Formats: sequence, structure tokens, C-alpha cells
Amino acid sequence: MKKLHVPYFLMVGVCALLLTSGCKKSSDEGGGGGGGGGAVIKVGEFASLTGKEATFGTSSHEGTQLAIEEINAAGGVLGKQLQLLTEDDLTKAGEPATVVNKLISRDGAVAILGEVASSRSLEAAPICQQNKIPMISPSSTNPKVTETGDYIFRVCFIDPFQGTVMANFATKTLKLKKVAIFTDVKSDYSKGLAKFFKEGFTKAGGQITAELDFNGGDKDFKAQLTAIKGSAPDGVFVPAYYTDVALICIQAKQLGLNVPLFGGDGWESDQLVKIGQDAVEGNYFSTHYAPEVATDKVKNFVAAYQKRYQGKTPDAMAALGYDSAMILADAMKRAGSTDGPKVRDALAGTKDFDAVTGKITINEKRDATKSAVILQVQGGKFKYLETVNP
Amino acid sequence: MDWFFQQLINGLALGSIYALIALGYTMVYGILRFINFAHSDVLMLGAFAAYFLAPMAARLWPLPSYSGALLVTLLAAGICAVIGILIELLAYRPLRNRPKLTVLITAIGVSLFIEYTCQHRAVFGAATRPFPKLLPQHDFQLAGLALNSNDLVVPLTTLILLAALWFIVQKTKIGTAMRAVSFNHQAAALMGVSINRVISFTFGLGSALAAVAGILYALKAPGIEPLMGVQPGLRAFIAAVLGGIGNLPGAALGGLVLGLLETFAGGMPAISNYRDGIAFAILILILLFRPAGLLGKAQVEKV
Repeated sequence: MKKLHVPYFLMVGVCALLLTSGCKKSSDEGGGGGGGGGAVIKVGEFASLTGKEATFGTSSHEGTQLAIEEINAAGGVLGKQLQLLTEDDLTKAGEPATVVNKLISRDGAVAILGEVASSRSLEAAPICQQNKIPMISPSSTNPKVTETGDYIFRVCFIDPFQGTVMANFATKTLKLKKVAIFTDVKSDYSKGLAKFFKEGFTKAGGQITAELDFNGGDKDFKAQLTAIKGSAPDGVFVPAYYTDVALICIQAKQLGLNVPLFGGDGWESDQLVKIGQDAVEGNYFSTHYAPEVATDKVKNFVAAYQKRYQGKTPDAMAALGYDSAMILADAMKRAGSTDGPKVRDALAGTKDFDAVTGKITINEKRDATKSAVILQVQGGKFKYLETVNP
Repeated sequence: MDWFFQQLINGLALGSIYALIALGYTMVYGILRFINFAHSDVLMLGAFAAYFLAPMAARLWPLPSYSGALLVTLLAAGICAVIGILIELLAYRPLRNRPKLTVLITAIGVSLFIEYTCQHRAVFGAATRPFPKLLPQHDFQLAGLALNSNDLVVPLTTLILLAALWFIVQKTKIGTAMRAVSFNHQAAALMGVSINRVISFTFGLGSALAAVAGILYALKAPGIEPLMGVQPGLRAFIAAVLGGIGNLPGAALGGLVLGLLETFAGGMPAISNYRDGIAFAILILILLFRPAGLLGKAQVEKV
């Protein structure tokens, strides 16, 4: 009898997990009175609306939704209104595959928008590729995402570029010579960015003093941070997501590790400051756009966003979410169809599209070539420092 | 050497939280011979209770302060004690005379139920929330070692609670009743011990401990979410087994050992990736040589 314990309780655990996570649904209509029945074009979106990286999904979703509403108000696409079907993936591995399958096979979405985090985009990409449904990731920066296949696109830059930008920033602007790297081994984004930063930084003559790892979702980082402190770096590169980064900054400060910490676009969330408070002050990160850099396009977008979402200032994830929907609509118009292969071809031919986050040209690897900006946390706000062109 | 002592401090601070959680697991096991998997979720509820109580308590005593933190902790512990008693009453008591496996699976069910209910946006939502500063925090520099006031508060609290628990179990009337029930339910009942009351008390006490542990854990890493209890809960469960399940000082010792193992493995560059792997491999080795745990006594079990 004793022997039966383990399999039983695993089975029950798994069943319960499946039951509880199988059918969470939250769909928003595209607004603007999208007509009924077959008169709409269904666009699927999956985002981390709740969970550890909830602000990413929420921002991205708000941007996307705003774009869809504007497109519909301007008459829609091909004479039809767009309908945005949004699914929450709970910031959880395994969930994106489930919800994207559902969006494609049950809801009949003709294109998929999402995700912010590379690991979750990588889960959905093979499904879209198999079904010949174009997928546009607004802000997944790991190169592997679009390498999945020719139906997968993105509207942001990729980590080899972002890693180099931060390496140059560390050597030229911050004048750092010795840097430690602290990577989240659970995240493709973090591992990729760490690798490209290391290549760029050592090429520029810098020295990596220590490389340590953690698991996303850990709460205690003191063991690794003590080792990092022991290696006496001038700065620490932390390519991770904001909830982990905030705790890392707090514990680094407690250990007396008083050097600048810096990272990539995974830092950008107001939660970083809310959780990290004074511990994140003065640190740097690279991202896709800064609302202060005022082209007309940005000004209009910020104004529209603030009007729609009670004065909230859009962050990079919101801007990229907006751009991803706009580029999709543009491609559908040029294709004259919502047919997967035709939209794919049109997307691949996108050239000098005037987007909020800069001019977007899709290259042969289906990535966008764009500039990056560097921000610093100052007085609990993100302050624009500089723009780096590719 | 600085490095060694710094890691020792880190490890002890982490280990004492595991120890505190492990006390709750081991106490319930000692009385009822089953693992209350919902313990780690009561821990989360404790942290959330403090999160919501803090702004109210701040009106009486400005936070961060020791008196304010104590008030919040006591209230949260009280709330969790009630929750623990309710869980036992609703989920476990009806199954008291069923096979142990049934209760064990129910415990997993209760745990998942609490986790996913709390993740719903109408309850707490799944997003991480910033935990308020309850205690004044100071950073000390001591002979090249960085010490945070929290690192002292946590082991001290664990030590005090362990002593209090030992006193309750060994020296009080209810403690005697608890030990009697743990030996033999029926015999204890025949001697006039109210089994239901003793078990309710055990759950209340264990859940109050979980609440304290949850608050200490949230002070250490001030971002709380409904799944925050899962990781430390699992570690603490293992710590309880390592120390010899059912044995109070054993649970505390197991927690410390696990915290130290994790910290030292995590602090090695190049292998920090395998932190949990290394820590758990060592645990398996220990259990191979001492199957009953560090302080546990081997028991013959009739099947």
C-alpha cells in the first residue's frame, strides 16, 4: 500500500492543476461597435495580464487595444471591423501554448499578437507556424523567437543589439572596467541578453568578474550577491524582469554592494520602483522608446493613451503593443486579404513603417531594425538619458 | 574568510525562516500523522493579512516601528489561526477516520484551492504587490560583514517561538493533551481528552506560526503574491523531514541546515545554477544514512 502514495498524489495534483488553469478567459471587444457575425476580423492576443510580469501584459494589451480601437474608428480593415480576442497566460510556462491553440482552433483568429517575454513567445511560435497564422511579438527580444519560422515577426530590436548597447554604455558612459553578470536561468530572454552583453563587453576591453545564476521567482539572492560582491566589480549587469530585479536591488543594497546595477527592457515597469523603492534609485536600463523623446507620432500616441487610460503614461510595452497591431492592420490592407500566407508576405515586405517606437523595417530575419534608448531611475521616475542607433 | 562568514549569516537568516515554517508542518504531523500541505498557503494568507492590516495599524502606531509590527503580526497570526481551524473543521475533520491517503490528497486539494482562489482578480489577483515596511531597517557593517537588522530579527523570532512552542507542548495542560493524542487518539479520548479541541488548537497554533513566518518572509523579500508560499513551503516540508518529522527541535535544525546548504551552493560562481540540485543531493545523502531524519527516532510501523 505504501508504494502507491507518490503516483497518486502527483496525479491528483496534475489533474487539479489542469482543471484550475484550463479555462481562464478574459476577452475584450475591440470597441467602436464591431459589427456582428462574419463581418469582423478576429485578431488573437495573448498576454501576461496577471502574475509575476502582469504589468508587461497589461501595458502591452492596453497599447494593442488602443490601436485596434483607432483602426476601427477609422473604418477598420478591408471594410470590416477588427475584433481583439485577448487571453491571459498568467505569466506561467505552459499556459501560452494552451491559450494560443484555443485562439487559433476554437476562436478562429487570423493572426496572433503577443507576448512580451521571450520564453512565452517561444512557446506560442511553433503553434502559429504550424497553422500558418502570422504572429507578431511586440517586445520579445530573444533572437530565437523569429527563428522559429517564417510566420513569426517582431516589431522590436533583438538582444544581440540590446546587449551591445548596454556593453557600450557600460564602457563608454559609465566607464566600467569590471562587471559581474547575474542571470535568470529560467528565462531565455535573460540568458540571451547576458551572453550578448558579455561578448560586447569583453570585446570592448572590459572584464567579467563573476557570472552567477538565479531562478526567476526566487526571493533570496543574498548567496549569489555575496559572491558577486566578493569579486569586487564596478557594476552588475542584471538582465532580468522587474519583480526579481527589485528584490535583487534591495538585497544588494543590504549587503553593501554599492555599485550601479543595470539591465535591459525587462526592467521597465512602475512596479520596479514600487517594490524596490530607494534601492533601485540611480540604476540604468535600456528600452525601446521614451515618452520624452517627442516626435509628433509619440506626442499623439501619449495623448491618446492618456485620454483612454485615465492619465497613465504609456511605457515601452504599451507603445510596442500599439505598433504591433498597427503593423498587422497595415499588412492586411496591403495584402488585400486576411489569408495567412498573404498577410505573411505583406508583413515581410514592411518598409519604413512610421511607428511610435520609430521607423520599422522588417529585415530578412523578420526582426525590426530600430534604435534603443537608455533610461535611469531618478526620484522614482524613469529619466531619458540617450538614444543609441543601430 | 569574510566571504564565509557573510554566507553563514545569509544562510542562517534564510534557514531560520524555513525552520519557522517547518515547525508548523512537524507539529501537525506529530499529532495527526499527515502533512498539511495547505500550511504554505496559510503562510501566504498571513503575509496578505499583514499587507491589508498595515495601513490600519499605522493609524495607531506609525509604521515602521516595533510596536506597530508586533500588533500587525499578532492580528495576522490571529486571523490565520482562525483560518487554520476552519480548514481543519471543514476539510480534514470529516475525513478523520478515513485512510490517511484520503486526508493527504484533500490537503493538496485545499492548498490548490487557496492558491487559485487567491489568484482570481476579485480576491488578491496574481500580480506581485509591494509589501509595506513594518520594521525599521538598519544596515550594519561589522568587521567587513554586512548585516541587516532583519537578519537578526528572523533568527531571534524563530528561537523565541521554538522555546514558546516547546514550553506549550511540554509544560502546559493542553500540551500534555496534545502529546497524549499524538500517542493514541482513542486512549486519549477514553481518558477524557477532547480530541477535537486539541486538534483545533494544534491547527490554530501551527497556522499562527505560518502567519509569522509569512510576514518575516515578506519583510525579507517585500513583494508578495498568492503563490509566494509554494517555494518556501516545499523547502520547509523537506526541512521537517530532514530534521525528523514530528520532532520540533529537529524541524528547526533541518531548516537551518537546508538554508545553509542552499546559501553555500548558491554562492559558488559557475555552479550557482545548480543550487537546489546540490542542496537536495546532500539531503538525499543524509536521509540515506539517517532515514528517520537528523533528530528523529526510527519507528516500527505496522502495515
